[in-house]
Amino acid sequence: MLWAVATLTFFAVHLVPGDPAQAILGGPGSQASQEALDQVRADYGLDRPLAVQYLAMLGRLASGDLGDSYALKTPVADLIAGQLLGTLTLALLALVVAWVLAIGLALWSTSAGRIGRAIAAGIELTAAALPHFWLATVLIAVFSTSLGWLPPVANDQPSGLVLPVLTLAVPLAGFLAQLMREQMLDALEQPFTTSALARGETAAGIRLRHALRHAALPAVNLSGWAIGYLISGAVVVETIFARPGLGRTLLRATELRDVPVVIGVVLVVALVYVAMTVLTDLVSRAIDPRIALEERA
Amino acid sequence: MSDLELSNRAVRGRALPRPPRAGTVAALAFVAFLAVATVAPWLLQTADPLAIAPREAFEPPSAAHWFGTDESGRDVYSRVIEGTATSLLIGVSATAIGLALGLLLGGLAGLGGRVLDFVVGRVNEVLFAFPGILLALLIIVLWGPGPVTATIAVGLSTAPGYARIIRGELVTVRSSGYVEAARVLGHGRARVLARHILPNALAPMVVLATLGIGQAVVWASALSYLGLGAQPPAPEWGAMLSAGRTYITTAWWLTVFPGLMIVLTTITTTVLGRALAARDGARR
Repeated sequence: MLWAVATLTFFAVHLVPGDPAQAILGGPGSQASQEALDQVRADYGLDRPLAVQYLAMLGRLASGDLGDSYALKTPVADLIAGQLLGTLTLALLALVVAWVLAIGLALWSTSAGRIGRAIAAGIELTAAALPHFWLATVLIAVFSTSLGWLPPVANDQPSGLVLPVLTLAVPLAGFLAQLMREQMLDALEQPFTTSALARGETAAGIRLRHALRHAALPAVNLSGWAIGYLISGAVVVETIFARPGLGRTLLRATELRDVPVVIGVVLVVALVYVAMTVLTDLVSRAIDPRIALEERA
Repeated sequence: MSDLELSNRAVRGRALPRPPRAGTVAALAFVAFLAVATVAPWLLQTADPLAIAPREAFEPPSAAHWFGTDESGRDVYSRVIEGTATSLLIGVSATAIGLALGLLLGGLAGLGGRVLDFVVGRVNEVLFAFPGILLALLIIVLWGPGPVTATIAVGLSTAPGYARIIRGELVTVRSSGYVEAARVLGHGRARVLARHILPNALAPMVVLATLGIGQAVVWASALSYLGLGAQPPAPEWGAMLSAGRTYITTAWWLTVFPGLMIVLTTITTTVLGRALAARDGARR
């Protein structure tokens, strides 16, 4: 899987018209001399055939070496290691906030009447339709510019995290809540709900102890996808809030055509994605014992 | 941005809440509005979208300028209307590219036998590891920024999702009772394919396309916003947002209104897509 991602990225980047040696020496505007270009090509092994370069890259990747950034001349692994934590914090916090919002909305809307449900459906639909870049600017306009409660730029303070996390969490919560509400209404019509009611369970108890478990399952399965979605959203959010992280690194590397950095970031994101898929699999087994039973049968 | 799981459910006609009738009517009304804004923008505009009036720069929304004016005194409302055609064109073309490629890949996987199914499945899995905008960013590294590249990039990055859904549909329909019945009755392969499998498996395409356009509009404007798609001063919604970002502290209307159009477009396509899916589900 990771090998395929690395291969695809490698060839994609090498198909690009343009000279990586130029990019290393500071782009077309720098007017590097021919000797300097040749020197750089030799240093980075760019004069060798593509196949050799490809094998060299795989060899280095296998030993955990992501190479050096063309633009910054520092090891890509260090660069990513420095940025990864910030982005993961952002993405995971957003995931948690999205879950809390979605559970709250689902619990409330399934116990509300017809009008309450219609309102909840409207909120979910709108939330899910909000593009990150627009939500971020609106949040900045309201909470930073007009009210002055929160900083418009992400700083080291926890308060600097609030707006970026909200920007990422709200649309995701819209998606999750739609799924959960639908599943929850489904669960509330099942026979086990009636039998629990007969045992003297309260309506709220059923929601919390029985229906929520059913409602959570598809949403958990979606969380693997959600992490990828959040990291991709981080490209936009980190740029707007000037918050250092993988997303911004990737965007800058894309603009500078910094090949090793692009490959490195994409690989790390793919790795996170694979890890999350495994994790969500484990969590859904814990929630629904039937999955493990079916596999054994 | 992408809601594959949700569109998949919609396609399968599985109980996604059917939007209320009033919502569908409002969505249709907005589509009509967008259609007029695309074909005959001058009918809706209150001013020349390109006319510069430096003295009237940064005026907040008023009766004369419904959405205010921008840094050169241009009427934001008229520019938003003007941008409809570009933004929708990008969204529709990207969806068309994504669907066409998805049909090709999904068709190969669903009808081409085991080996092809396996190969396409693996390719798809790899593409899924580039979540959201990452694939689009890679494509833009390849061909450089611009509206055309952005359109292709969005189209290509939505293709794996479509391919997966289409393959699923084909496999389901292929093993269904009526297809077996048609085979048993002695109809040839081509006839079964053309008369039974394709029409039934491809019916959900309408739903997918409707849901997809809103999503594509959002993605394309996100790329424009990052400076990788349509460039200001083009009156494209994402580019307008990007240009207005500089003045967010003083002139909120420059970013709020183009964004509102994007949001409304997405909500509209979602509502319509679901209404179509619910109708499909009821018919089956």
